[in-house]
Amino acid sequence: MYSQALNERVEGPRVVEDPGKVAAFEARIDAEERIEPNDWMPEAYRRTLVRQISQHAHSEIVGMLPEGNWITRAPSLRRKAALLAKVQDEGGHGLYLYAAAETLGVSREELCEQLLTGKAKYSSIFNYPTLTWADIGCIGWLVDGAAIMNQIPLCRTSYGPYARAMIRICKEESFHQRQGYEIMLTLCRGTAEQKAMAQDALNRWWWPSLMMFGPPDAESQHTQQSMRWKIKRFTNDELRQKFVDATVPQGHYLGLTFPDPLLRFDESTGHWRFGAIDWDEFKRVLAGYGPCNRERMAARRTAHAEGAWVREAALVHAEKRRLREQAQKIAAE
Amino acid sequence: MMAEQPMPLWEVFIRSRTGLAHRHVGSVHAPDAGLALDAARDTYTRRGEGLSIWVVPSSAITASDPAEKGSLFEPTASKIYRHPSFYDIPEEVGHM
Ligand SMILES: [Fe+2]
Ligand SMILES: [Fe+2]
Repeated sequence: MYSQALNERVEGPRVVEDPGKVAAFEARIDAEERIEPNDWMPEAYRRTLVRQISQHAHSEIVGMLPEGNWITRAPSLRRKAALLAKVQDEGGHGLYLYAAAETLGVSREELCEQLLTGKAKYSSIFNYPTLTWADIGCIGWLVDGAAIMNQIPLCRTSYGPYARAMIRICKEESFHQRQGYEIMLTLCRGTAEQKAMAQDALNRWWWPSLMMFGPPDAESQHTQQSMRWKIKRFTNDELRQKFVDATVPQGHYLGLTFPDPLLRFDESTGHWRFGAIDWDEFKRVLAGYGPCNRERMAARRTAHAEGAWVREAALVHAEKRRLREQAQKIAAE
Repeated sequence: MMAEQPMPLWEVFIRSRTGLAHRHVGSVHAPDAGLALDAARDTYTRRGEGLSIWVVPSSAITASDPAEKGSLFEPTASKIYRHPSFYDIPEEVGHM
């Protein structure tokens, strides 16, 4: 019964819920009904969603930075246009998700502040540097590939506005992965130097991509409750395995190797088995000690601070116009 | 960090094709209606999703209370004579 056993991992005061309302809510979840903004929901469900959706939104926004670094250095106009469009899409994804989180009663200003003060987390993957053009290929292929794996089941998540945002996002993600893989393919068919560049990028991005699915099921704090509420449909380990199974043959097609000596195909299960993930590294990066955490946060804070006068001026201008129109209306009456 | 003045919220509706009604697609924050339209275009129509956009201040929407949906929509459930299948017409008459 989770009217008593509220998820203690979600911070905030414990709320004693009305058992009748909880039972009706659970029945709706079991019946695959979507929960909508003004519907009654347990406080812990609301908090879990605010945390997950806003974290997702922050990841899209911070995720624009590592790729944004390469827009002016893209090797051709075609690549530049594609990368610009992709980065713009990620900005859009962030906005759809912020809007979905706001339907739960949290304001955009609060969400933004949580990111800028470091109170909210974003995906660990965006704290790694983009050192060469091949990194842009790897991000599209692996990082967007992992995001797609995560996001497709979220199109059926129990909270309506989140599910609808995910449907839009998934429609747009496919281009992201394909443009990345195409970059990898071009490099791998190029000179030995270009192929080495692709291999180097894969070596650096492979493990951080696997970490994107989050801690192993046994250690995952939020998985069980989120599965119960149908916020999540698959566990972290299930999604990670799906990703490995889909991605390894794509890497072999490129003629590249994976930086994992234990990687092997298991005939009996039809799955690719992989070596141990360095969870200490994951925790370090999440705690703020990845290679680029400080740089990413500084970039976000600067952008926000430097845009403040624009937001302020736009609001003042809108108010001035509103008052002027009002005065004209009164004068005409 | 200075506490910012909240940016007004707008609901966005898009007509995707001629002949279809405008449909709610999401929301944007903007200081005025013109900028809300621009933001809605950039956010929701990057791939030719729309022929027309409406933006409406979210504060202007009055919504029914989901907790009262039982009593609010009760009349529709009990009035089965509003449906064509309620009436018996002999088969010989043909499709009606
Ligand atoms: Fe995205
Ligand atoms: Fe993406």
